[in-house]
Amino acid sequence: MNTGFLRALAISTALFSATAAEAHRQWMLPSSTVLSGQSSWVTVDAAVSNDLFYFEHQPVRLGNVKAWAPDGSEVALQNASTGRYRSTFDVELKQQGTYKIANAGGGIFGSYKEGGVEKRLPRGASAADIENLIPAGATDVTLSESLSRNEIFVTLGAPTETVLKPSGKGLELVPVTHPNDLVAGEAATFQFVIDGKPAAGIEIEVVPGGIRYRDELGQMDMKTDAEGKVTITWPGPGLYWMSAEASDANVSVKGAAQRRLGYVSTLEVLAP
Amino acid sequence: MQLSTRIVMTGAAFAALAAPAAAQSIDLTVTIPRLSVAEYHRPYVAIWLEKTGAPAKTLAVWYDHDMRDNEGTKWLRDVRQWWRASGRGLSFPADGITGATKAPGTHTVSLGMGAMTPGDYTLLVEAAREVGGRELVKLPFSWPPKPGQSASAAGSTELGAVSATFKR
Repeated sequence: MNTGFLRALAISTALFSATAAEAHRQWMLPSSTVLSGQSSWVTVDAAVSNDLFYFEHQPVRLGNVKAWAPDGSEVALQNASTGRYRSTFDVELKQQGTYKIANAGGGIFGSYKEGGVEKRLPRGASAADIENLIPAGATDVTLSESLSRNEIFVTLGAPTETVLKPSGKGLELVPVTHPNDLVAGEAATFQFVIDGKPAAGIEIEVVPGGIRYRDELGQMDMKTDAEGKVTITWPGPGLYWMSAEASDANVSVKGAAQRRLGYVSTLEVLAP
Repeated sequence: MQLSTRIVMTGAAFAALAAPAAAQSIDLTVTIPRLSVAEYHRPYVAIWLEKTGAPAKTLAVWYDHDMRDNEGTKWLRDVRQWWRASGRGLSFPADGITGATKAPGTHTVSLGMGAMTPGDYTLLVEAAREVGGRELVKLPFSWPPKPGQSASAAGSTELGAVSATFKR
């Protein structure tokens, strides 16, 4: 990294804009969230699309998708495949309690000018590649770090809490109401944390599935309170996509000016 | 769902004062309707007791308890209000609770209640049928019962008449 690069960073942070704003929604959809029996299976669809929950744009690549059993041990995804519009995989549930399935990852995005021409870092660039991706003599370098999580929960038998503990890294959900104990007409409270500390005043968006068959989006927008909490009263049974976004300057990548954090989950709300 | 509930009370209230200590039980009659459908499976039925501020107590569950590898438990969650209120906290088969599914018709069971603290209770009967629907019928009652006290209600789809007489 040369001094020109550092100078460019210093003057360009103020100009940073939301270049990576995504119109599309990423989601994972489990076949069931509340199960009974000695053991069971869930199958999960994973896709990126505009409308919820339809396969119409891109599959979620499964490279970073992992699953954890109620005792916290990692369990393998089975029968994984990635098609044109969606990925799909199965998880065998052998323990009683709550499983977590998550696609968590981070990356670097940004741009620079070379010979007066603006260039973007390739999608999916990692922190380790930065020095190679930005040529010597580049100016107007802006770098931003992203860290996102897409998590779903399924429970065999009675709900448990082991897999709900936050890792303390990035934007995470700390359920006050268990995410597999949601019923239409009842209120559920969730806390959001950033690096384990309450994420106050961040925007939460909740959109019911089945968009294709109605005119209104039915989106619920809310903001977390001082403790990072939101309370949602479910208007009806069904599947809901919940999304939260935040940004701060607590970067871990050298040269990055901003850290963008994302969290999404698909929640199933049962009929009373 | 339509719910109709009525409590029928007969006898003089003061007679309860003289009642001897006896086994506390509920005689419950559940009617499983005969349905004219192409594919019929006997419903899973759960019977449980709720009291405000106390954990729900399962009294009986009729399900496919004799399948290989206990596979019949896979559909217990379809009896969804019971599953949430009590079922998910039990292990199956459950002693004194597990029973076989019942054919269409009227079934009477005597439910031993153990020691019950006085107060307002609800007896709930929920039925869920494979490739069919689900229905819940509630019978609110007060304990201790007045002599001859009974409660009845009726479902409209998956359950017929449900009635209880209380014995103390």
